[in-house]
Amino acid sequence: MIEAVGLTKRYGDKLAVDNLSFQVRPGAVTGFLGPNGSGKSTTMRMILGLDNPTAGTVTICGRPYRELPNAPRQVGALLDAKAVHGGRSARNHLLCLAQLSGIPARRVDEVLGVVGLHDVAKKRSRGFSLGMGQRLGIAAALLGDPQVLLFDEPVNGLDPEGILWVRNLMKSLAAEGRTVFVSSHLMSEMALTADHLIVIGRGRLLADMSVKDFIAANSAGFARVRTPDTEPQQREKLTSVLTEAGAHVLPEQDGALRVTGLPLPRISDLAHEAGVRLWELSPHQASLEEAYMRMTQEAVDYRSTADQKAGLMQPLPPGAEPPLPVPGQGQPGWYVPPPPQRDERASAPDTAQSSGTSGRPAAPAEQPSAPVAASAADPADSAPSEDAR
Amino acid sequence: MTTQIIRSEWTKIRSVASTVWTLSLALVVTVALGMLVSALTRHGFENMREQDRLSFDPTYISFAGMGLGQLAMIVFGVLVVTNEYSTGMIRTSLAAVPQRGVFLASKVAVATALALVVGMVTSFLAFFLGQALLGSLGTSLGEEGVLRAVIGGGLYMALIAMFSMGIAAMLRSPMLSLGILMPFFFLISGILGAVPATKKFGQFLPDQAGSRIMQVVIPAGDDTPYGPWGGLGIMALWVIAALAGGYLLLRKRDA
Repeated sequence: MIEAVGLTKRYGDKLAVDNLSFQVRPGAVTGFLGPNGSGKSTTMRMILGLDNPTAGTVTICGRPYRELPNAPRQVGALLDAKAVHGGRSARNHLLCLAQLSGIPARRVDEVLGVVGLHDVAKKRSRGFSLGMGQRLGIAAALLGDPQVLLFDEPVNGLDPEGILWVRNLMKSLAAEGRTVFVSSHLMSEMALTADHLIVIGRGRLLADMSVKDFIAANSAGFARVRTPDTEPQQREKLTSVLTEAGAHVLPEQDGALRVTGLPLPRISDLAHEAGVRLWELSPHQASLEEAYMRMTQEAVDYRSTADQKAGLMQPLPPGAEPPLPVPGQGQPGWYVPPPPQRDERASAPDTAQSSGTSGRPAAPAEQPSAPVAASAADPADSAPSEDAR
Repeated sequence: MTTQIIRSEWTKIRSVASTVWTLSLALVVTVALGMLVSALTRHGFENMREQDRLSFDPTYISFAGMGLGQLAMIVFGVLVVTNEYSTGMIRTSLAAVPQRGVFLASKVAVATALALVVGMVTSFLAFFLGQALLGSLGTSLGEEGVLRAVIGGGLYMALIAMFSMGIAAMLRSPMLSLGILMPFFFLISGILGAVPATKKFGQFLPDQAGSRIMQVVIPAGDDTPYGPWGGLGIMALWVIAALAGGYLLLRKRDA
């Protein structure tokens, strides 16, 4: 059990960690997420007593790390896989760490086997690949067979097989009742590994909840609807019917429609009543990645400010409509689920998030090719669409 | 606890190549240069001035390589400490040994013990080989003050290594530490000790004071206010100050 209370770290006038309070419980993998520079590593170092907090405390099993008796037998950590003397062999590196805490040398060979490095145990770690370095770092964390484990970006540089191995290792360590705290900026990886999430941005706590709750709270489901490509008038017809029924309809790049605010059977019924054939009607759930990106959008420290496409854009002739956004290309807001239309009739309860601050008329039928999100593609406005947030 | 850390530090120190390189360089340079100067002195003795002949110190002559050889000792001392920082290993080490004072003390103890052994071997080797080349001009361990000077040579080398460790613990960067220590001991200290205006201050610098113990014959007109052991004591004070500074910073600083 790791417990942080009001943890704060200030470097000069920069607040790296700001009043952070959380608990990491045993028996589960807790993911620690945040963009680069959000204070993850600083927090990890404070947990290990390497950095002194400016304010607040962090304890492991009720004690500050530096007061734990024989700390390496209770807590194992991977902080930086490159933190190894390149001229020292893998075995010697682990041996000197083992000796520090009175761990017998045979345990060194044991963990070398666990991480699959026994063949290169006598080799200098200078020649190790990033993945081998990570494995060596993980081996060091496992040495003391500790009840509490901290891993800072453990899958960096690992191949798919290695990532799978780390994932299973974390899960099995947690299943043995240990406390596993893993930092990452790879959302997709955490979705598969973690049971619980702690998300920070700019040193502040953004979320502390289970993975399931996190997705449910931060994403809205939507339906993808496709009408026959050959009959564009069918598409327009369906769009107006669905909008009248209270849905929010957003055209997608390939001609399909992204519909929120109506359950799937209702969409099908409406299409049937309107006499529109459907080629596709599929449910979609926003991924953890999307939820995370949306949450941390405002908390990203280092983001490219340049609009990479600005120079390529032709100035639009007056009256012309801006082109549709290309998903995932330079528009951080493209995946944001559109706001439900509050001024229309009752919208579906699962998207009852009230973010309908859009001042636009909710009538996509009148201008079907210029929906809300299209504003994100406006070349003069490189910021993500504020109203869509 | 402490024995565990000492064992670990021993593993660290023996498992990197720089240890062997710096220590063997210290030995080879000190001995070889001492032999060369001893041989040259023997040939040039007839042409020396009367005054120089009277204050001729065969023991000190055989330690002529110490000035250069100590630089390798400095590199050894600096690398032992800064290796932790330049690799980032310091975080792993301090996570394993939260008692930072014990950690630094163990590291310094192991490195000093090694430096002392190598220093003693170097000192005795330089003395015997130097005396052999000096031939009839040479002296022997039985003469008054000679054994003290030879043992003092080994102590001097160990203290130089300790001083470097203290400075390196304060500065953390190998380049910065070497960039300050090397010119200081190779040039600046010697100049300060030789120029009359600064001599009063220069003779209290660690290497100036410490090397006094290797002298057997005191030159005429020498007005150094301390004796051989006093000089070594002054050097030891410098070492204590450097290590205390290193410890205080290590304890206070974020790793």
